[in-house]
Amino acid sequence: MPHDPQPARFWKRNQMKIAPYAFLAPGAVMFLIYVLIPIVQSIWISFQDWDGLGPKTWVGLANYVELMDDDTFYVALKNNLLWLGLYLLAIPMGLAAALFLNQNVWGIRLYKSLFFFPFVISQVVVGLMFTWFYAPDFGLFSQLIKWLTGSEVAILADERYVTYGIIAAGLWPQTAYCMILYLTGLNNLNFEQIEAARMDNARGWRLLRHVILPQLAPATFIAMVVTVIGALRSFDLVSIMTAGGPYGSSQVLSYFMYEQALSEYGYRMGYGAAIAVVLFLIMMVFITLFIMRMIAQERNR
Amino acid sequence: MTLTKALTGLALSAFLMGTAAFAGEIVINSDQSDPTPKKAMEELIADFQVKYPDITVKWNNFDHEGYKAAIRNFLTADPPDVAAWYAGNRMEPFVKAGLFEDVSDVWAANGLDDQLKSAASSMTIDGKKWGVPYTYYQWGIYYRKDLFEQNGITPPKNWAELLAASEKLKAAGIAPFAIGTKALWPTAGWFDYLDLRVNGYEFHMDLTAGKIPYTDPRVKAVFEKWAELVKPGYFIENHAAIDWQDAIPQMVQGKAAMYLMGNFAVATMKDGGLTEDQIGFMQFPEITAGIPMSEDAPTDTFHIPAGAKNKEDAKVFLAYLASPEAQAKMNATLGQLPVNNQSAKPTDTFLEAGFTMLSNAHALAQFYDRDAPAEMAKAGMEGFQEFMVKPDDIDRILERLEKTRAKVYK
Repeated sequence: MPHDPQPARFWKRNQMKIAPYAFLAPGAVMFLIYVLIPIVQSIWISFQDWDGLGPKTWVGLANYVELMDDDTFYVALKNNLLWLGLYLLAIPMGLAAALFLNQNVWGIRLYKSLFFFPFVISQVVVGLMFTWFYAPDFGLFSQLIKWLTGSEVAILADERYVTYGIIAAGLWPQTAYCMILYLTGLNNLNFEQIEAARMDNARGWRLLRHVILPQLAPATFIAMVVTVIGALRSFDLVSIMTAGGPYGSSQVLSYFMYEQALSEYGYRMGYGAAIAVVLFLIMMVFITLFIMRMIAQERNR
Repeated sequence: MTLTKALTGLALSAFLMGTAAFAGEIVINSDQSDPTPKKAMEELIADFQVKYPDITVKWNNFDHEGYKAAIRNFLTADPPDVAAWYAGNRMEPFVKAGLFEDVSDVWAANGLDDQLKSAASSMTIDGKKWGVPYTYYQWGIYYRKDLFEQNGITPPKNWAELLAASEKLKAAGIAPFAIGTKALWPTAGWFDYLDLRVNGYEFHMDLTAGKIPYTDPRVKAVFEKWAELVKPGYFIENHAAIDWQDAIPQMVQGKAAMYLMGNFAVATMKDGGLTEDQIGFMQFPEITAGIPMSEDAPTDTFHIPAGAKNKEDAKVFLAYLASPEAQAKMNATLGQLPVNNQSAKPTDTFLEAGFTMLSNAHALAQFYDRDAPAEMAKAGMEGFQEFMVKPDDIDRILERLEKTRAKVYK
């Protein structure tokens, strides 16, 4: 190529530098359009009073001030913390199920798929099933309670139990998810280490705690991440099972945001956006922790 | 070759669209997505076309739920000539924003002030009429006639009789009232009627218009009456867990005797196995003596958007929609009541009872979630539900509602 050496030489010279950016570009552009810009937009809208139709009015921090004075917000926040705490039970429960299923007996594949089943079906279906399960009069659970205690309890109509009832429904598929993560982890165990530990007379609980669990750390980490995020964005179950009721006592931040901004009784985009920003900040705490851990791990490698 | 063809086609269609608008085309947007309303609307349009062959009707039928969001868009972006909506405060935001056309002339020219008298006040804002109502249905207490007879109860005419009847039923092991409050709105029927009977229509309208604080002693008086039913356990248990339909089986099985509901509940009761002889209908009894009886009757309406292109023909359509014949036929299909008092009376027992009751009503309320702005309605109905579970917390609930009121009506 003597007549046109420039481009080729430029490409050759910079190929190594450009290639990574070229490969990153499509993903980065998508991330920008679908994640970063909407985040900035949401924050922008949260300073406005806007019904989604008419002109926006700048109200500064008024939406946040109102939020701080809104009883529903504190109910939602409290419930979100409950979700966060109790949802983590999915991890030990998933581990237990995985350990139980990690054996070679006839038909184990069938059992595994049965345990995995709740994760495959839609959250909406899970919500409906548990609604019927809890239903007074004909629900299996309320029948059981009636048989045990003699009086009926309508879980989803009682402000004391409603959030626990919904979380229990959420734990069912989430446990299955964690179980799958651990089952794959168990497949990759280093058997030489286990053999060595056995020779040193470690068995049962000590074997699990000191030999197997450390090897499962990556699976535990992923399970933590998906469970925390799942707990914070719990929306579909609340929407299907109670719509935040009775009288707002099972409200969570994500549903509260939807109700204010997008439901028939809402169309307060600014207020909804303010709730979204608060939820985002809470999530950022966890996301930052996770990312810091990931970076630390990569440095150690 | 293909390009010229395409261009000709484009020009032709543009030309056709242009002329069609000239030759009297009206575009109607509405939300009759359920089978029965859809059929009623199709018949209405077909009949209109027979009578006015030179006006072409183009009908866009929206999904019922989606329409509530869609109308906010199309009224400003691409207004049709006629749009379906609701009476009362539900239409107020659009009227105030200048998105609906004043149609007082249609009312005056067709004698509608007289014929649609019962709905006139709910169509009036600032002394002008903003649309034409075509259907409504009554609310009232539906009860098990046979259970009443077995327990020697005659339909109560006033509050004391209602309490006495409830006590008798409760003693017989029957819950006096069925209700399912999961969807919140059934509670609003109770609040509406208690307020209409305790304080009257004018007070109720002022309250839903945000002019009266919820901490007013007159509002509390409403809840005190309500508590006389809640505290002795006259409503079925666990009502917050079920929808309104799920409470019907209790009535069918004879575990509950009365249900304050809209007339649509009759169909569900019949589906559940009750015969027409077993179901009775009564007006909500009097509470404060001397207050004229007003009723809840949610009214569906048609309006002309301010940005409509063909207002002349749209007004012809509204006039036709208001006529006694059109309303009688449409409501026979819908199983609801014509608003026009010249329409032929419905033959159904319950509709006939409702027709008589509404024709003699002092005034008609639209239902709490249509009379009050959406945000207030949501908070209010949540408060009603909470009150029905925890009647002792009424002061805290009313304070919360008052806080919402101060926020909503700025």
